[in-house]
Parts: sequence; C-alpha cells; structure tokens
Amino acid sequence: MPKEKFEEALKKLEKIVSRLEEGEIPLEESLKLFEEGIRLSRFCNQKLDEAEKKVEILMKGKNGILKPEPFEPSLNSKEITPSDEGLSEEE
Amino acid sequence: MQLPLRYILTVSELTQQIKETLEERFYDVWVEGEISNLRIPPSGHLYFTLKDDFSQIRAVLFRMRSRGLRFIPEDGLHIICRGRISLYEKRGEYQLILEEMEPKGIGALQLAFLQLKEKLEKEGLFDPSHKKPIPLLPQTIGIITSPTGAVIRDMIHIIHRRFENVGILLYPVRVQGEGASREIAEGIGYFNKMKNVDVIIVGRGGGSLEDLWAFNEEEVARAIYHSKIPIISAVGHETDYTISDFVADLRAPTPSAAAELVVKEKRELKRNLHYLEDRLQNQISQIFQDLRTTLSHLRKRLIHPKKRIEDLFLRLDDLTHRIERSILHELRRKRERTGFLMERVFLQNPVQKVKMVRISISDTEKGLTQRIQSIIELKRERLGGLLGKLESLSPLSVLQRGYSITRKLPSLQILRDSREVQKGEEVEVKLYRGALTCHVEKIELT
Repeated sequence: MPKEKFEEALKKLEKIVSRLEEGEIPLEESLKLFEEGIRLSRFCNQKLDEAEKKVEILMKGKNGILKPEPFEPSLNSKEITPSDEGLSEEE
Repeated sequence: MQLPLRYILTVSELTQQIKETLEERFYDVWVEGEISNLRIPPSGHLYFTLKDDFSQIRAVLFRMRSRGLRFIPEDGLHIICRGRISLYEKRGEYQLILEEMEPKGIGALQLAFLQLKEKLEKEGLFDPSHKKPIPLLPQTIGIITSPTGAVIRDMIHIIHRRFENVGILLYPVRVQGEGASREIAEGIGYFNKMKNVDVIIVGRGGGSLEDLWAFNEEEVARAIYHSKIPIISAVGHETDYTISDFVADLRAPTPSAAAELVVKEKRELKRNLHYLEDRLQNQISQIFQDLRTTLSHLRKRLIHPKKRIEDLFLRLDDLTHRIERSILHELRRKRERTGFLMERVFLQNPVQKVKMVRISISDTEKGLTQRIQSIIELKRERLGGLLGKLESLSPLSVLQRGYSITRKLPSLQILRDSREVQKGEEVEVKLYRGALTCHVEKIELT
C-alpha cells in the first residue's frame, strides 16, 4: 500500500541527509543523492496532502451489503449497527 | 421382646421420609466450600465434592446451568454456591444440586479474566514480536465503536485537529451486552477483508468490568490477533486493562489517547520534512561552494607559460639591478676607505709630521700668548677697578669734594669734636690744595 512507502521514503530521506552531512563523497554521488533526496521530499510532501478528509459510517443497505455513508457524530441515543438495523439500544 | 408395630418402616419408606425432610428443609441454601474431585463426564455435567476442613458433601451442577458460568471451575477453588439438597434413593446418597456458583473472594468476571489471560498468554497471543508497527501516515482510519456518544465524536475531532485530511471509516457496533463481542470481531474481519483502512482503533468509553466485558472475550482477542491490519485497543479509562489491550499491536489508555497516537500532527510532519529538505539543500550548496573554492585556488596557481617567462624576465632584471647597485655601493665604499687610508698614510709622512708639529707649536705659542695677555688684561681690569675704589675712598678725593681736615696745632691731632679745642688755640685746616693756619674764634657745641 502506498502509505507504507511514506515511512520508507522518510527513512531514506533521513539517511541521505546524514550521508551528505558526513562528507567525503565523490561529487557525482553527492549529486545523485541530492536528486534522490529532493525526489523523496517531494513525494512525502505530496503524501501528506493526498489523504482525503472523509468521515463515513458503514450502513447495511437493502441488499445487506455494507456501504460507507457520510457520518455526523451526534449525541442522540439511537444506535445503528450493521447487524441489526432498526434496533435501537440504550447507551 | 416387644416391638411397636407402627415404627417398622421399609428401607424405602425410611429413605422417603428422610428425603422429604431433607429436601424440604434444604430447599434453597447458600453454601461455601472448596471444590475437589471435580469430574466432567461427556454429558457435560459438573460433578465434584464440596468440602471444608471437617466435612464434605457431593455436589452437581448440570450442564444447562454451567453455561452461565463465566469462569472455569477447578479443584481447589473456593466457591459460594446456591442449590438444594436432593437424596438419590437408589444409592442412599444425598447431594447438593446447584443452581449458581461464584468464586469466593474474587468476582467471577475477574477470575474469568485471569483465566483467559493466562490461557492466551500461554498460547502466545500477547507475544511482542507478533505486534505490528502503527503506520506513520494512515490515509484512512477504521474505528470500531459505538456510533453514538461522546467517544466517537471526540476521536473524530482530535484526529482532524491534528491532521485535517485523513479519512475515517466507522464500523458501528454494540460495545456491551449480548452479541457485542461478535459484532466487534466481525468489524475486524470486515476491515481485513475489504482492506480499506490502514489502521484500526477498537474501543469504548469507561465503565464497570461488566460493561467492558466484550473486550475480554476470546472471540475478540483472536480476531485482533489474526488481523493483518494494525490494531490499537482503546478501552475504558487509563486504569482499565482488558484482554484486547494485551493482544493488540498498541494499547491506548483511552479512546482520546488513541486518536492522538494514530496520527502525528500534520504540522509537525511537514515541519520535519521541510527541515530535512533544508539540510539537503544546504549540504549540496556547501559541497558546491567548497569545490568552487578549491577550483578557484587551483586556477590561480595555474599560470600560462608565457606569463611565466615574463615573470622570470622581470625577476632577472630585478636581480641584475640589485647586483649592480650592490657592486657600485661596494666600490664606493672601497674608494672611501682607500681615500681615508691614504689620508692616514699621508699623515704619517715625517716631513709632514714635522710640519704638523711646527704648526702645533706655533699654535700653542699663540695660544699661550693669548692666554697671558688675557690674564694680564684681567688683572689690569681688576687693578683699575681697585684703584677706582681706592680713589673714591681716598681722603684726597674727599678733600676734592670740599671737605677739609682740621688738625690741632702743634700735635696735629685730627679734630672731630669742637670740645677738643679751646678758644684762642691755633689749628691747621688742610684743604684739597694747600693748608690754612687758623685761630679759634668761637666754639659751637652741636
């Protein structure tokens, strides 16, 4: 899943920065590392903004299949669960 | 022998009477004791002996009753139970037929909790090496909890405050009571099947051990263990520990804490990223800067051959010039020295020497003469001076100024006081030029 790559990318980026700061690298390699580092940084930034703000609750549809629907938390005591629709229970 | 007729009973009759008495008397009793010799035949009924230090009694808990037990009866367990006495005629034995059974000293639930915990721990469900890391950046968070109440509302609020663009998918369940554990387990199964979330939070708000019981059920524990998606268990208050807490990949003390744990603050992540990128840029600039400097230095040192030759020419000229100057300087010095030496040699010549001596003598003579002359001059002056003084002091000069010296005749004693003469005597008055002989006419005494 692409989400896992975020952590990997971040770790790689940290490693690259450390490596460059250590010094003693041939010029070509440092250029390569720099390029890679920038790429990883852009990737991570993108990932941070990628996720979509959605709050949904799973409801059982007429055919019995669960479907996500927009959810607004409220304090009423009516409870809906996928296994028994229409059955309310006290909190 | 006389035997009263009506007191002869059959065994059955006797037994029957005993049975009636006992069963009536002990229709509903609570008894406390220790379980021993526990047997559970295939029928599922529990047979054991309930005892204390001095006595024991047979007991049985039929299967349909034992279903309600939350804990597992064991030998040695102290229990409190409720039941009735029954006499089994065929064997002439009495026993306790139990309706309820509770562990003594500790709640049934608590005991069940401990028993299950031990069992699952032995199986390795709590093994740390099995636990999965929680993803740093979930895109969608699955939450299995009640859809009503403050818990879900607070979690959503906290999550979005920290990271505004992350998806939340709620699988609504009952969190207590009959069937709750099944729903929870199903929720976990659903997310694992659909793979539509990156992390799952399972939990509920605070309550009693009874209320939280669903999260202590084996069903839930196993579902959590087998989940491929990481699970955070967030049940009750900070001090509540449930089986799900132990099995989960991460325990949060409360549902709100879970919301804090599941996402890092987006701001912080962005900032770290920004910082890393800065360091990256700085590093590469630094490297380039260093290389440029080195290059520049090397280039400076790299000189065109033609320039080299010109430089050498300049150098040559300069050196030549300096050599010349120094030679000339040397010559001059030598010349001077020679001249000087020659002078000295010249001076050493005898003729010259005589001349020199002569001149010297002559000079000395002159000098001497001058000296004497000047001494004489000096003396003369002095003399003149003294003479002058003398002259001024001389009586002659006094006389010249008009004074006269009066002397008594014939003694020639100089007169200063008018009383020294008498009237009619004769005195001499010496003037600057000449002298007078005078006759004293009058005397004044002042």
